[in-house]
Amino acid sequence: MLELIIFSSLNGLLYGMLLFLLASGLTLIFSMMGVLNFAHASFYMLGAYFGFQISVYVGYWPGLVLAPLLVGVIGALVERYGLRRVHKHGHVAELLFTFGLAFIIEELVQMIWGRIPVDYRVPELLNFSAFTLFATTYPAFRMFMLLMSVAVFIGLLLLLTRTRVGLIIRAALAHPNMVGALGHNVPLVFMLVFGVGCGLAALAGVIAGPALVTQPAMAASLGPILFVVVVVGGLGSLQGAFVASLLIGMIQTFAVALNVSLADVLARFGFTVTRESMGGDLWMATVAQVAPIIPYLLLVLILIFRPKGLMGDRDT
Amino acid sequence: MIADRHRHLLLWAAAALVMVALPLVFSSGASITMMSLMGFAIIFALSYNMLLGQTGMLSFGHAVYYGLGGFLTAHALNVIGSGKWPVPLPVLPLVGGLAGLSFAIIFGWVSTKRAGTAFAMISLGIGELVAACSLILRGFFGGEGGISTSRTSTLRLFGISFGPQIQVYYLIAAWCLLCMAAMYAFTRTPLGRMCNAVRENPERAEFIGYSTQMVRFIAFCASGFFAGVAGGLAAIHYEIVTSSIVGAVPSGYVLLMAYIGGVAFFIGPIIGAVLMTALQISLSDYTGAWSLYVGLMFVVVVMYAPWGLGGLLLMHQPLLAAGLLKRIGPAYARAAPPVVMLAAAVVLLVETAHHLLVKAVEGSAMRVFWVSYDAKSPLVWGLIVLLFGAGIWALRRVMPGVSDAYHAAAQEAQRLRSR
Repeated sequence: MLELIIFSSLNGLLYGMLLFLLASGLTLIFSMMGVLNFAHASFYMLGAYFGFQISVYVGYWPGLVLAPLLVGVIGALVERYGLRRVHKHGHVAELLFTFGLAFIIEELVQMIWGRIPVDYRVPELLNFSAFTLFATTYPAFRMFMLLMSVAVFIGLLLLLTRTRVGLIIRAALAHPNMVGALGHNVPLVFMLVFGVGCGLAALAGVIAGPALVTQPAMAASLGPILFVVVVVGGLGSLQGAFVASLLIGMIQTFAVALNVSLADVLARFGFTVTRESMGGDLWMATVAQVAPIIPYLLLVLILIFRPKGLMGDRDT
Repeated sequence: MIADRHRHLLLWAAAALVMVALPLVFSSGASITMMSLMGFAIIFALSYNMLLGQTGMLSFGHAVYYGLGGFLTAHALNVIGSGKWPVPLPVLPLVGGLAGLSFAIIFGWVSTKRAGTAFAMISLGIGELVAACSLILRGFFGGEGGISTSRTSTLRLFGISFGPQIQVYYLIAAWCLLCMAAMYAFTRTPLGRMCNAVRENPERAEFIGYSTQMVRFIAFCASGFFAGVAGGLAAIHYEIVTSSIVGAVPSGYVLLMAYIGGVAFFIGPIIGAVLMTALQISLSDYTGAWSLYVGLMFVVVVMYAPWGLGGLLLMHQPLLAAGLLKRIGPAYARAAPPVVMLAAAVVLLVETAHHLLVKAVEGSAMRVFWVSYDAKSPLVWGLIVLLFGAGIWALRRVMPGVSDAYHAAAQEAQRLRSR
């Protein structure tokens, strides 16, 4: 039991930090520009694939730097030449644009790298187990993932709270028009934030790619979870996004580890239900099976009952 | 006014006639199947447009109602078939519709509390929720194999077995016409107009005493009903329903259909559904990258033609009525070469890249549009770059002229009309 709790906490923390790498960019973009970037997870996927391609030629480490830079530039270009153009048609048009973009990126990735997962390997340097606890080993690469995401988190925090650029970004989060009136180039800030957000997503891709599976479906499966994080965390709140990321990460990993169903609980109290009784499948579903539903349930409930999210300052 | 009314009736009669006559013209099995697919795609896309186009609600989970309608129709078919209930097949899409309606009442009640982006996200959440449930509730959704059924085991009326595809086509066509008429009628009711008001300006709609939430809810329920009918027809057509039908893919697909066709006009989603179904079936024979083309088309429409292809067509209706269409001919003729050049460049690029990447084992020899060439030849890549560059350059030069010519003609048409 203790083993389960420790490893689930570690994995949950790791998953949550990865989610935060993605969600931080998404929430900045969403809060500042009002654009719910459907393609955000696609940039994460691009990051993983670029990292893989670079690792084929020159190894893992250059990819860790190059892939996010490359994707960041692509993101900035998308903002400048795509999103800004549809901006005049309103938020729905922007949402649809990023939706189409996600569709195209998935098709392109399938075309270039194929439909099956690519062989993105953990670098040799980190291919050992960091520690052994209760006869279960924990890979060093996972520790590296954790450290990287914590480092990026601290870097982002310092950037946003200690620098002038961060000041302008935070101001643009709250009052974009006022910031523009003060003479700052808000479109440029938008472009930079979009680019950096995409770059962060790509970094998460390079970090997660070798440990999780690098495949064309990775964007579509992660994308909706990111929206959950952003909404649960609340608009305009990086802290909220951080808490929500960890929350979702923990919920997901702990739920997957629990192999208990309602039928088991009822059995403890002397009731027996089988697959054949009324609503059979519902009783037999284990918590692990229900795990994928929990975030979406949370999303719907939060949007209805607490539109501000956990720490947001305005309604979604 | 009366003449106007008659013209509408005439239009519907013409639509019915076309639907009856189509299988006589295109009588091959493949084309009848394709037209059947178009039939329920039209209903599905129109039902989607009740949300997006008419009430301004962007939904990412519309396939939930389509899929659940399909599942319940399949279950109903199985029950009827095994119990020998005296229920004829033609009424079964109603089961789908009622299923769609019931689930729309349940989910709509929570999701229409919010509008705009929040509604879009709730719909996405509910879509994912139902998709995830479809993997858990194996009894209802049939697990990976899905629910298979047989449409021929129902009560026969007039000796029609609904075995042959042509009979199913006429069933789908009849339902399609019925639903189209009903959805069109909905847009003409005061409630339909209120939907437009809620889309345009919710504050003012609220201010004159309407509950925008209630209007959204009713529109959502009506839309769920028609989506369910479409799903029921799909279940009858395929005779199998799998859990992928409630997933994110069909939800996105119906959005693409409706938007490419044009959400601002009633006819837009019909155009979109027909075009996309035709593209999906015919294009997938020619190229493995057809969904890439669909995605590109969608983004181009979002960026440059937010009123969709239907909007582009209807833009010219006043000109046609005033007999001024030929006036913009020269300008359009000037714009045609760069557009063709760009399209050729995109097709060449996608096809060549697709061949090199996906079909690498087949060697680099390939053909596009009756022309055989070597995919690795620098000549081809040079041509692609040239076509792109020249196309964009030329298009940028002629586009202002085209726009001017159109606006001049439109103004002239308006002047003629007001006189």
